[in-house]
Amino acid sequence: MSKKYKRTSLLDPKLLRSSARLAFVKLKPTLLAQNPIMFTVGIASLLATVLMIRDLSNGTFSPIDAQITVWLWITVLFGNFAEAVAEGRGKAEADSLRRKKIETMAKKVSSVDDKAYKTVPATQLAIGDLVLVEAGDIIPGDGDVVHGIATVDESSITGESAPVIRESNSDRSAVTGGTRIISDSIIVQIGTNPGESFLDRMIGLVEGARRQKTPNEVALNIFLVGLTLIFLIVCVTLQGFAAFSGGLLPVIYLIALFIALIPTTIGGLLSAIRIAGMDRLVRFNVITKSGRAVEAAGDIDTLLLDKTGTVTLGNRMASAFIPVNGMREKDVAEAAFLSSLADDTPEGKSIVRLAEKKFNFHGEKTRTEGMRFLAFSAQSRMSGVDTENYSIRKGAPDSIFSLCGGGRSAAIEEAIERVAKTGGTPLLVAKDKRILGIIHLKDIIKPGIHERFATLRRMGIRTVMITGDNPVTAAAISAEAGVDDFLAEATPEMKLNLIRKEQAEGKLVAMCGDGSNDAPALAQADVGLAMNTGTMAAREAGNMIDLDNDPTKLIEVVMIGKQLLMSRGTLTTFSIANDIAKYFAILPALFIDIYPTMGTLNIMHLQSPESAILSAIIFNALILVALIPLALRGVRFSPGPANLVLRRNLLIYGLGGILVPFIGIKIIDMIVSVFMGG
Amino acid sequence: MMGNSLLQFAFFAFVTMVLAIPCAHYFTRLFAPKAAGGGLAFEPLERLLTKVVGPKILHQQNWKEYLLSLIVFNLVGAVFLYLMLRLQGYLPWNPEGFGNIPPALALNITLSWLTDTGWQAYAGETTLSFFSQMVALTSQNFLSCATGLGVSFAVARAFIQRENSALGNFYADVARSTFYVLLPLTFFFALFLIDQGIPQNLDPSVQATTLEGASQTISQGPIASQIAAKIIGANGGGFFHTNAAHPYENPTPLTNMMQIVAILVIPIALVLFFGQIVGDKRQGWSLFAGLTILFLILVFLCAYFEQMHHPVLSALNVDQKITSTNPGGNMEGKEVRCGIFTSALWTVATTSTTQGSVNSSLDSYMPLGAVVPLLNMLFGEVVYGGVGYGRYGVLIYAMITVFIAGLKVGRTPEYLGKKIEAREIKLAGLVMLITPICVLGFSLASLLLPQGAASIMAEGPHGLTQTVYAYASSAANNGTAFNGFNADTVYQNLVLGLVILIGRFGVIIPALAIAGSLAAKKIVPQSVGTFSTQGPLFVLLLTSTIILFGGLVYFPMLALGPVAEHLALFAH
Repeated sequence: MSKKYKRTSLLDPKLLRSSARLAFVKLKPTLLAQNPIMFTVGIASLLATVLMIRDLSNGTFSPIDAQITVWLWITVLFGNFAEAVAEGRGKAEADSLRRKKIETMAKKVSSVDDKAYKTVPATQLAIGDLVLVEAGDIIPGDGDVVHGIATVDESSITGESAPVIRESNSDRSAVTGGTRIISDSIIVQIGTNPGESFLDRMIGLVEGARRQKTPNEVALNIFLVGLTLIFLIVCVTLQGFAAFSGGLLPVIYLIALFIALIPTTIGGLLSAIRIAGMDRLVRFNVITKSGRAVEAAGDIDTLLLDKTGTVTLGNRMASAFIPVNGMREKDVAEAAFLSSLADDTPEGKSIVRLAEKKFNFHGEKTRTEGMRFLAFSAQSRMSGVDTENYSIRKGAPDSIFSLCGGGRSAAIEEAIERVAKTGGTPLLVAKDKRILGIIHLKDIIKPGIHERFATLRRMGIRTVMITGDNPVTAAAISAEAGVDDFLAEATPEMKLNLIRKEQAEGKLVAMCGDGSNDAPALAQADVGLAMNTGTMAAREAGNMIDLDNDPTKLIEVVMIGKQLLMSRGTLTTFSIANDIAKYFAILPALFIDIYPTMGTLNIMHLQSPESAILSAIIFNALILVALIPLALRGVRFSPGPANLVLRRNLLIYGLGGILVPFIGIKIIDMIVSVFMGG
Repeated sequence: MMGNSLLQFAFFAFVTMVLAIPCAHYFTRLFAPKAAGGGLAFEPLERLLTKVVGPKILHQQNWKEYLLSLIVFNLVGAVFLYLMLRLQGYLPWNPEGFGNIPPALALNITLSWLTDTGWQAYAGETTLSFFSQMVALTSQNFLSCATGLGVSFAVARAFIQRENSALGNFYADVARSTFYVLLPLTFFFALFLIDQGIPQNLDPSVQATTLEGASQTISQGPIASQIAAKIIGANGGGFFHTNAAHPYENPTPLTNMMQIVAILVIPIALVLFFGQIVGDKRQGWSLFAGLTILFLILVFLCAYFEQMHHPVLSALNVDQKITSTNPGGNMEGKEVRCGIFTSALWTVATTSTTQGSVNSSLDSYMPLGAVVPLLNMLFGEVVYGGVGYGRYGVLIYAMITVFIAGLKVGRTPEYLGKKIEAREIKLAGLVMLITPICVLGFSLASLLLPQGAASIMAEGPHGLTQTVYAYASSAANNGTAFNGFNADTVYQNLVLGLVILIGRFGVIIPALAIAGSLAAKKIVPQSVGTFSTQGPLFVLLLTSTIILFGGLVYFPMLALGPVAEHLALFAH
């Protein structure tokens, strides 16, 4: 996980206090009924309480029954507590977001050219309204810039302090309500109705207002309910079998057996796992629109990654000067250097830096008054410098050739091709219409990305790099970065088709995007991560939004999805495996009156039947609370092939699930019997 | 003796596999979705038949159509069977002049044979005419078995369909199963049995005077063909009351061994066939490995307990030591020509499948020895599975294994590329509930109600075991029983009949529904990131799931039955 992950203490005392209170609030039947397993425990506790009261009134009361009853209620409370802690952590995030939502006034205009505005509260704005936002103003709602350009401080949403540029008719036209304009003024067309804004939705999501159970969670719930029903049949019929065998079992013991057997651990922690999983994303500055998407993230088979920003650093860098026509490297470097002195593009700057480094040129000293610089234009496709003595041009090979009226030679062609083949971009440098050599511009692969792709491959996830480059360049870069495949000269349609093709093969695809033309693909993908700086359309189409605009995060999103599913599976296995020990604790105690020989099955040598049953039920309650941190933090996930991950997990939690309760129940029994004996 | 047992087991394992592997290939040729007779000799015949019957009947069916055909077919069969039994006295081939079968028993027999259970609440040789045996029962012997096979084929096909609901055609499956698989195998097996000395005639019983001078009635009839059909078809309902312990059903050690082999050949072939049809043989072999581990554990346990010295026999100074001439152990209720090991082997084999034939008296087993077949049925007879039935039970266990363990690799669960979601879990959960309801619920009712409790002869834990065994056997469509349980009462005939029916269709309907749901899904391609359902890890998980579920659900009841009996027996 990256350093950006905001860690808050798992067990913040304030949170624990409020959660403890909520655990009691959640005893309300309507709230409890949302969790079928905990609801069952609640009913069992109620039944035990009624029985206890009956015993009290007719004088057959025994303290052990009261203790069991108390521990049953504690089990319910622990389950509620787990859920409350998870929700509380989400709520803390929501509260901090809500504080950012200040009531703002908007300057409503009737058209883009309208100079006069009307001041209205932001809550009254509807879709399509135009508002003027000037330096210092807070943007009143989500929307697109339809006129102008401005710098915006989005730190309230993203936590990133550097201001960003928003301008009309570009891929950076979306603005978010609640952010502040620092300079200039823009006209924004409002894109959402009040109460539906981005911030509102974020708050809603984080708070859990829209947290529906995910599909796999629904299935797991059905499974757990099925198990509960089976154990209900087991426990109810057991009384009958006991009656046939010549003795009735104390009902409270049967209730204890039932609660011990049903999967309370996973049942109590299931929603905590989900909430914690979504919170991990929020803390990671990724907002999900549905829990379904988080689950889908774990299932991703193919990752579509944009080259720029994900695989490579944003810009190309000059990496070599290649002389031709008998020139020296220094001649090429000097010409390239001079022509780039006023070039503010990252490529231009990198040429200057490379020349300075290689040949000790000095930018500031060299620049003189007499130099006339030509900036790069889309028409000429070159830039350069003119002085009285010379004229230098650098640019794409075709434009330089036509400038020089030819000048092609086998050596030049070959050099150009060599550069292109390694994934570089060749720029020709000509002085006075004579070609001196080639500047090799190179894509810089992000450090560490190669290893990450290797990890993904070991996890069975295929990576596809999407680029507008030609196939030769794309192939070279993808080979260097270690992606599995690439889509060169990609258009939005090609992206969409690729996603459809992969999906037709049954695969799940994740991608990220920001432009309006990415919207169809984002909507088609199973996980569409839209950049927060992207257009409104892109943000609407994706099912997740990255507030930090870091496409690399797609990889983290997949990991978080996997971790969520793993935690769920792990605690389920653990919960079921626990039952073996509980049987050995409770059954001998239950049957010893009917068949004294049953003591043989008491392999843990628990002190007395009473202490055995009590210990099992105490263990059952304590293990639930002991596993809350694991549910919130998630099972440690070290990426690797499925079989390896599974083996490690089974060894720890499968075997642990069988052994831990044997040890735990024995220890509790030792403690309990001290009290009982005393 | 140990060496002798191992040698017998090696022979058994070798012959079984030599027959099962080609059988699996044969199934694939016949029943893979595109197989039209598989290029076999009968193809022209089939084409002609299709032309006559018309494509209207022989078209590809979705799960609902398949199920509907199955129910109609079974219903018609049931009505015919019931009428033949009720009217037995008026029908031919009745040299002993047996009368009509009373309604409750007739209904029980009908349900039992309709579902391939072979539960026998009657003694065949003193109740049924040859006509009833040969026409009424034997035809169901084949058809009920073919029904089970059909369902297992339909379920297997679901795994290779991509968003396509076609599961095959029920009538085609039944016809091919009957004519290409069951009839030929039965025919050759019957010839072998006749060669070994089993009678095959239509003669009435004969009177004989024993060496002690007493008079004995010896029944005979078309036994060899009946036995061949009961073994191949996994029915298990014998010609005689004592089933395969009777010398006319199982005369020699060779027939004993070959019948065990024949019991297991088709079930094992079906496991391997599954791997072949899904296009990855290792899937089949992995299932086979998991089930074989369970099979070996069960055989070992059963043989181990039966070889123990029975305290009651010890008290009577019976020699229970193993020597070259003495099998030792608990020989009560076992045939000397079968011995302890092959009796245990038969018992496990017969409860591993839906067989239900016996060659020893289960009532006389050691308490824990009898737990083995009981547990095997409570698992749902998934160890190899029956001829069809039980086969889809394994898949349900596999799905549950995948559902729990699959999450651990960080993906939503998928089995062979099919996502296991809420609908599948709901249906699988239904199946998992059926057996506990039938076994725990209904056997408890029988124990507590006077009408039911009248059937048991033993007091205490043994009586509990007898009843639970009867209900487990019915619910699992097995047919084995404890002799001490009187099954021919109106109450038991009706309730056990109901349990048999629930046990059969309570599994078939959800299984077909799951198949329908899976067939309509995409197939997610396998990668190193997906949970692999082949290899040792999966085998371990699958066997643990089966043991854990069987154990957790039935352990309390078993503790009050056989475990208590065992503890009491060995208390001193």
